[in-house]
Amino acid sequence: MFKHRKSVPTAAISIALLAQGAIAAEEQFFPVLSYRVGPYGANGQSFFGGFVDYLTYVNLKENGVNGVKIVWEECETEYNNAKGIECYERLKDKAKVSTGPIHTMSTGVAYALIDKSKEDKIPLAMMGYGRTDAVDGSVFPYAFPLVTTYQMQASAILRFIKEREKGGLEGKKIVYLYHDSAYGKEPIVALQEEAKLNKFELTLIPVAHPGNEQGAQWLKIRQENPDYVVFWGWGVMNQTALKAAQKVSFSRDKMIGSWWAGSEEDTVPAGDAAKGYMAATWNVAGKDVPLIADIEKVVYGAGKGNLQDTSKIGTILYNRGVSAAVLSVEATRKAQEKYGKGKPVNGEQVRWAMENLDITDARLKEIGATNLLPQIKTSCTDHEGSGKVKIQQWDGAKWIPVSGWIEGNKGLIHPLFQASAKQYATEKGIAPRDCSKEK
Amino acid sequence: MIYREAGQFKTSYAADQQLFPIRQDRIGILILLAVVFLAIPGIASEYWFSAILIPFLIFSLAALGLNILTGYAGQLSLGSAAFMAVGAYAAYNFQLRIDGIPILISFGFAGLTAAGVGILFGLPSLWIKGFYLAVATLAAQFFIVWCLTKFPWFSNYSSSGVISAQKVVILGHEFASPREKYLLVLSIVAVMALAAKNMVRSSTGRAWMAVRDMDVAAAVIGIRLMPTKLLAFAVSSFYCGVAGALYAFCYLGSVEPDGFSLDMSFRILFMIIIGGVGSILGSFLGAAFILLLPIFLDITLPWAAGLLGLPFSNATVSHIQILLFGTLIMFFLIVEPHGLARLWQIGKEKLRLWPFPH
Repeated sequence: MFKHRKSVPTAAISIALLAQGAIAAEEQFFPVLSYRVGPYGANGQSFFGGFVDYLTYVNLKENGVNGVKIVWEECETEYNNAKGIECYERLKDKAKVSTGPIHTMSTGVAYALIDKSKEDKIPLAMMGYGRTDAVDGSVFPYAFPLVTTYQMQASAILRFIKEREKGGLEGKKIVYLYHDSAYGKEPIVALQEEAKLNKFELTLIPVAHPGNEQGAQWLKIRQENPDYVVFWGWGVMNQTALKAAQKVSFSRDKMIGSWWAGSEEDTVPAGDAAKGYMAATWNVAGKDVPLIADIEKVVYGAGKGNLQDTSKIGTILYNRGVSAAVLSVEATRKAQEKYGKGKPVNGEQVRWAMENLDITDARLKEIGATNLLPQIKTSCTDHEGSGKVKIQQWDGAKWIPVSGWIEGNKGLIHPLFQASAKQYATEKGIAPRDCSKEK
Repeated sequence: MIYREAGQFKTSYAADQQLFPIRQDRIGILILLAVVFLAIPGIASEYWFSAILIPFLIFSLAALGLNILTGYAGQLSLGSAAFMAVGAYAAYNFQLRIDGIPILISFGFAGLTAAGVGILFGLPSLWIKGFYLAVATLAAQFFIVWCLTKFPWFSNYSSSGVISAQKVVILGHEFASPREKYLLVLSIVAVMALAAKNMVRSSTGRAWMAVRDMDVAAAVIGIRLMPTKLLAFAVSSFYCGVAGALYAFCYLGSVEPDGFSLDMSFRILFMIIIGGVGSILGSFLGAAFILLLPIFLDITLPWAAGLLGLPFSNATVSHIQILLFGTLIMFFLIVEPHGLARLWQIGKEKLRLWPFPH
């Protein structure tokens, strides 16, 4: 009995000390809602491996952001909306003290967090997925579809085809082959507007999830005999499409995929059939980028790497994770510049920074991320900041960029976002901010 | 000793037929209601409300709906998630298209819409039974999700097909905080669970059970099969529909058709199998088991690993969690194939004899 009594206060003290240690003043907290198991676990491993590796890299190389060490906590979402919310609620209390932007790498989870993150004042980054009309920051102050969106990507792919065809798209036939879900349907409006503007013939062909049977669709494509196929695939659907294209002998270099249909996980299983296939991307693959090589040297050299399978370093998704982390760290840096260097910043301050990002090529060069991702300049009316993609081609062994940064037709696409955001605002009864008054 | 009904005499039919004939049960349920309505809102944190209690209540309601159909009326269904989707989209559209409609009426209409769709997909049950019927209800699962994706009218022409639930306002008061949403969900679930408890011991419920146990015999004693089966489908879908509306409005806030997948239907089915087929309490126990155990493991495993000094990465913990979860399901099914509700019942019987078992 007495023994126990003695140990209780000691335990209480040690718990109190532990709790204090967890929220030390000079640390910047990053909630990481990752997934490494479940149906898309392989994709998540590469992306979040890259994300966490860069945070470790910043800690090792520069001792954090201006001396503020980055700490993070991971929570496994399994790409499942309910689990994502549970994770968010679990990490929320810590994130209210200091936080980096949340990346979910899942449209479903991101959608579910849009309202919550606004209430809790925690910025939500959706890089290449999520709610695209959040580009209009007047309605979505805390949501950032950074770099580029599906609609802008579709528009950029068409611009690439136009340049390649040296002239115009007039009279051309383009088939849009897509995953019949929110993801595949989103660019349709943009494509239809482009078709009206550029006078090409657009045929929509949906593929039901999961898309491991596409015989009928490709038969139709052969009948149509289009000049190009724009392809919005996901998961197993991608390799199936490449093999089916080979079977009906549709030239693979007339087929351009989205950025979720353009990773090594898609082309390697398709083998020979993938050669010549092109896909859009907002970050390049490979270890040629100095930053990626340096991460491998510094982080993995110190034995602190996050990936067990180091062959993933330099893949498209790994580099995408690094790019996401670069932007997140740059946002906290920017927030520190305004609200106090060497101090942790909270969600509101990071939100301001994300709305005022200005990452030039010169800055990217300093980080070592030259050409890893395009320049970013955001504002209240433009939470996207770039809208540029590169087209890359699979040569049978690796992705090779075949274009510079191509920007989608902003004048055509952004009004679509504004209209959609306006509809959302009326439905939800939100009064949009006045962007001209934001500083 | 404590749990014994000796000395409780029933002097009227009303007393004999009441919902909880044993006094201790009545006191227990009142204490439980007092705790969930009065104590929990005071002490639970936001995490508990949004991540644990609200989804638990909503899935309990859906499991309750399926339990009425499968457990009481004996019609196996794999379309529960689809009926939830109907409820969610219907509530959204009623709010959107009818100006100034009170949200509770919307939820009610959403349940009725789901009931209508349920009757439609319940028609095959008049000709086919058992596993064949389960396959027929699969059609509902796929058709409804396809339909909500295919016709943009349902999602008010949102380019992605995702709908964002409107604000929940009742009598001018906005239910915005997780605590208020919890109380709203709790009230609806409590009322509907009470209604279900009453329904299954009425003539309707008895007819369902007669059909479940042997439909030919039920027909012989004068129970009309068609209305009985279709009513079970209607009531079950109504419960699922309301659960779906709550899922969209009080839990996630935004939903897409793909979210109501076959996977979710299976989860609801597992809830009633684990909890207890043909038991109101079982729906709640099953929902708690399926929803809360993974979260519990998820939180305790890394802690335990840290304590033992094991170098577990996040991914390893998740794998172990799935492994343990599966093992526990098998364990419970072997120990008690009739579900957790049966364990509770056995416990009660033991308590009546305690401390002098014979």
